[in-house]
Amino acid sequence: MELAAMLARTAFATTFDVAPIVAVLFVFQIAVLRRRVPNLRRIMRGFVYVLLGLTLFLVGLEEALFPIGETMVRQLTAGALAAPDAAGVRWDDYLTVYAFAAAIGFAATVAEPSLIAVALKAEDVSGGAIGAQGLRVAVAVGVATGVALGCLRIVTGTPLPWYIVAAYAVVIMQTFRASRTIIPLAYDSGGVTTSSVTVPVLAALGLGLAASVPGRSPLIDGFGLIAFASVFPIITVLGYSTAVSAIARVRSAKTGR
Amino acid sequence: MGKNLTILLRRIADALRDIAPIIIVIAFFQTVVIRQPFPNLAGVALGLVCVVAGLAIFVQGLKLGLFPLGEAIAHAFVSKGSAVALLAFAFCLGFGTTVAEPSLIAVGNEAAEVAAEAGAIADDDDARSAYAFRLRMVVALSVGVAIVLGVLRILRGWPLHRLIIGGYVLVTAMTLFAPDEIIGVAYDSGGVTTSTITVPLVTALGVGLASSLKGRNPMLDGFGLIAFASLTPMIFVLAYGMVS
Repeated sequence: MELAAMLARTAFATTFDVAPIVAVLFVFQIAVLRRRVPNLRRIMRGFVYVLLGLTLFLVGLEEALFPIGETMVRQLTAGALAAPDAAGVRWDDYLTVYAFAAAIGFAATVAEPSLIAVALKAEDVSGGAIGAQGLRVAVAVGVATGVALGCLRIVTGTPLPWYIVAAYAVVIMQTFRASRTIIPLAYDSGGVTTSSVTVPVLAALGLGLAASVPGRSPLIDGFGLIAFASVFPIITVLGYSTAVSAIARVRSAKTGR
Repeated sequence: MGKNLTILLRRIADALRDIAPIIIVIAFFQTVVIRQPFPNLAGVALGLVCVVAGLAIFVQGLKLGLFPLGEAIAHAFVSKGSAVALLAFAFCLGFGTTVAEPSLIAVGNEAAEVAAEAGAIADDDDARSAYAFRLRMVVALSVGVAIVLGVLRILRGWPLHRLIIGGYVLVTAMTLFAPDEIIGVAYDSGGVTTSTITVPLVTALGVGLASSLKGRNPMLDGFGLIAFASLTPMIFVLAYGMVS
């Protein structure tokens, strides 16, 4: 019964989120394009599937994963505090938290629906040269690295811009070495990682950690994990592509002989 | 019917594979590190069934609905031949999808609390909600501008990396002058703007535009719209922090 109420509420909220998109599409269709959309019935059916699927997905997350995730973050951060240190916070008191952050960052990214969408499109457009699975794993490794570093930053209380600007510098250097075709996709993969699964998980993690580490304020230090999760995938996707083409070069050199 | 069933089974298998890492991570930390019994196992199992079914249906919907729709719109605008109409559409799509985004509303409210704590605005409900509302408008505006800029780039064939690197340099420079309490909010705002329905639609729009315009390559020119949508909010929010 409770589940049914929640389904109804989420379905309503999701429909409400989509309303502006539908309105914009509708207005431009009537006022500007005035052209029959091919396969309209099929597209409508797809739209209904997207709404229904997203609703079920979000309710399931809310019901199954977010409560455990929050409890686990609390238990893990509290466990680290069990041995209070007179000398203040030491960064290595929180090793399990970093490990958990990296693992959950990776797992949440693999399940992220908008990343699935972009990876499918990329595989399609590149004619299979860029595999959807490889791309998603590369992005997930980036999020894992970023989130672990972001937790380290919260514990140590070092300024956020140092990390982000340094990551930008790495991205810029990689950009000049990477193959041109991967660059737009790599830049896009930074933005798609943070949607319906990752943002709530990271927000709970950041706020929970900042609240439990002495001397950190959840309001000031809780922000920033999403920024980490949006920059580091660019680095890993560019790195992945460079590695793949390097391997291909070595292979073709071998078979050429 | 047999074909539909195969598709359905394949989607469910894919969804199970996508969710498996989350289950493994949670089970591992729960049993090995935290060592506590699993709370409410039946509820969790039911929730996981919803997640898997939802993801399978969503991906099928993407292929049937959102991807073809984005491409159909792109083709329709190209054959219409009006760049102004296309850019207006791009702005409305960016602004409209962001302004009601729930995660943005949440971040806006938190940001207002940070600003009140830091003394940048008066610490009462009116001032906070006004601040949160203005912040949301600024971010929605920035995403509108981002999609316009991204579409313009596809039309003109500008190289993406110069624009993005220029944006990074701008963000870095603005960070030096922006008040401390806005920086975390600004950096995070880039990530929260791209929702699960906007991303596939905008990606399909970009790829559709690049493949229906002569001389544009879908791989080189089609992607990149999302990259703009995660960069411009940072610039706009930093500017907002400096002005207010």
